[in-house]
Amino acid sequence: MSEVVIKNLSKSFDDNVVLDGISLKINEGENFVVFGRSGTGKSVLLKCIVRLMEPDAGEILIESQNVLTLSINKLNEIRKHIGFLFQGAALYDSMSVRENLAFPLIRNFNFSSKEIDIKIKNVLEKVSLLEAIDKMPAELSGGMKKRIGLARTIITEPRLILYDEPTTGLDPITSKEISQLIVELQKDLNTTSIIVTHDLICAKIIASHAVVLKDGKIRYEGNLDSLTSQDDPFLKDFFSNDIISESTPIRSGEVKDGSN
Amino acid sequence: METGTAAQKNNSIIGKRLAEFFNMIAGLTVFSLEFFKNVFLPPYEFGEVKKHMDELGVKTLPIVSVTGFIIGLVLAMQSQPVMAKFGAEAFLPGMVALSVVRELGPVITALIFAGRVSSGIGAELGSMRVTEQIDAMEVSAINPFKFLVVTRVLACTLILPMLTVYVIFLSVVGGYISIFLSQNINFVLYVHAVVHSVDFTDLVPGIAKTFFFGYIVGIVGAYKGYYTENGTVGVGRASTSSVVIASLLILLMDMVLGKITVSLWG
Repeated sequence: MSEVVIKNLSKSFDDNVVLDGISLKINEGENFVVFGRSGTGKSVLLKCIVRLMEPDAGEILIESQNVLTLSINKLNEIRKHIGFLFQGAALYDSMSVRENLAFPLIRNFNFSSKEIDIKIKNVLEKVSLLEAIDKMPAELSGGMKKRIGLARTIITEPRLILYDEPTTGLDPITSKEISQLIVELQKDLNTTSIIVTHDLICAKIIASHAVVLKDGKIRYEGNLDSLTSQDDPFLKDFFSNDIISESTPIRSGEVKDGSN
Repeated sequence: METGTAAQKNNSIIGKRLAEFFNMIAGLTVFSLEFFKNVFLPPYEFGEVKKHMDELGVKTLPIVSVTGFIIGLVLAMQSQPVMAKFGAEAFLPGMVALSVVRELGPVITALIFAGRVSSGIGAELGSMRVTEQIDAMEVSAINPFKFLVVTRVLACTLILPMLTVYVIFLSVVGGYISIFLSQNINFVLYVHAVVHSVDFTDLVPGIAKTFFFGYIVGIVGAYKGYYTENGTVGVGRASTSSVVIASLLILLMDMVLGKITVSLWG
């Protein structure tokens, strides 16, 4: 795994065309970054890939299988090897951090409780949050939630990981740490990653390939260096604004807890 | 002219509400079918069902205890003067027992259960929906319907009959205390009168209908929560509307089952 091929993907909500026949190829082991303004269908694209949303038309091939036509059982076999980091981390409120991390392992794999325990400790060490093992999600800050969400995403050692704005709402230091972690994971596990982000600093650390969406279509596809040096007024405007916002001082509350 | 416009506006609001109501009934029917499809398929989540039964039982126990006791107490207190007028005070224990076994115990317990539990399930699943926890479960190849909905609906269906038996017992005790205070009746005599006035055809339909009531409470709360939209506002709506709809359906179901019981056993 996991080459992802998207062909002529379209998705509309009533009259609002969010994805308009886009085609992409994400190679195995690639960190593929998707940029675009809010509402341009970046998250919709991720949700279509794992079939949390049904597109109106098109094909999505993962390991040469069209996920849109698979039965739910076959789709779930593929989903077991996909990780998805949600924008708000989506930790299960009623479970402790330990239970959150153990949940996909108990449900989908045949690990012994000792093996599960070792895996939990390993991933928590990776995200530097071993001390939070018995905490409930409500006791964690935004940044901690995101890192635990990342730990839950990687605990199954997925071959494809989808990141929905992994650094949004985080302070620059945590943001950088998470970006570096994503790169390490890619190296350690040879995962293919699709990262939706607005964060150019994060993208600079992570991206091996980038795409920009505008009005449901692909505005640019290529490597990140040539993206920022394009003459296209939209791209110039988009990335200059992004850089300005990244250099804007962060709010005092965010510095304090180092997370939100 | 203005009156005509107002009438048209009212008609369109009524039409919209009716359409929403029938949409909801259709959605609830499909959701119920999905429940019956999933409930028999492995994996069986016995541990989750037991956990929810514990939670729901413990959550509802204090309020149903108070209510059960007071129902019996007040029923006996209010009925006593009327029965005395007809010289029928001896039938008071039987009347209290029959009332709480056939109707008051099951329906009032179910309505309290709906208020406490249906709203809770609606809010819990609704908040899981809007914070993408249900999506996270689905994308991890775990069937969220089975894990979240089936377990809760089963727990509601199984725990309500137990709570009802408990409420009936407390109502009978409440009735005894009321009668004891006014007539100084012997406890053994009271129990004898109760046991002799309630038979199989009273007890079985009374308890059996609570399985349906429990199912209604669970399925309505789960349906409203599972399909919550519009963020936290939607969670609030899901919580409130699940209580209203569940209570209404419980009363309608009680009417239907009451009619069936009367047709079968008289």
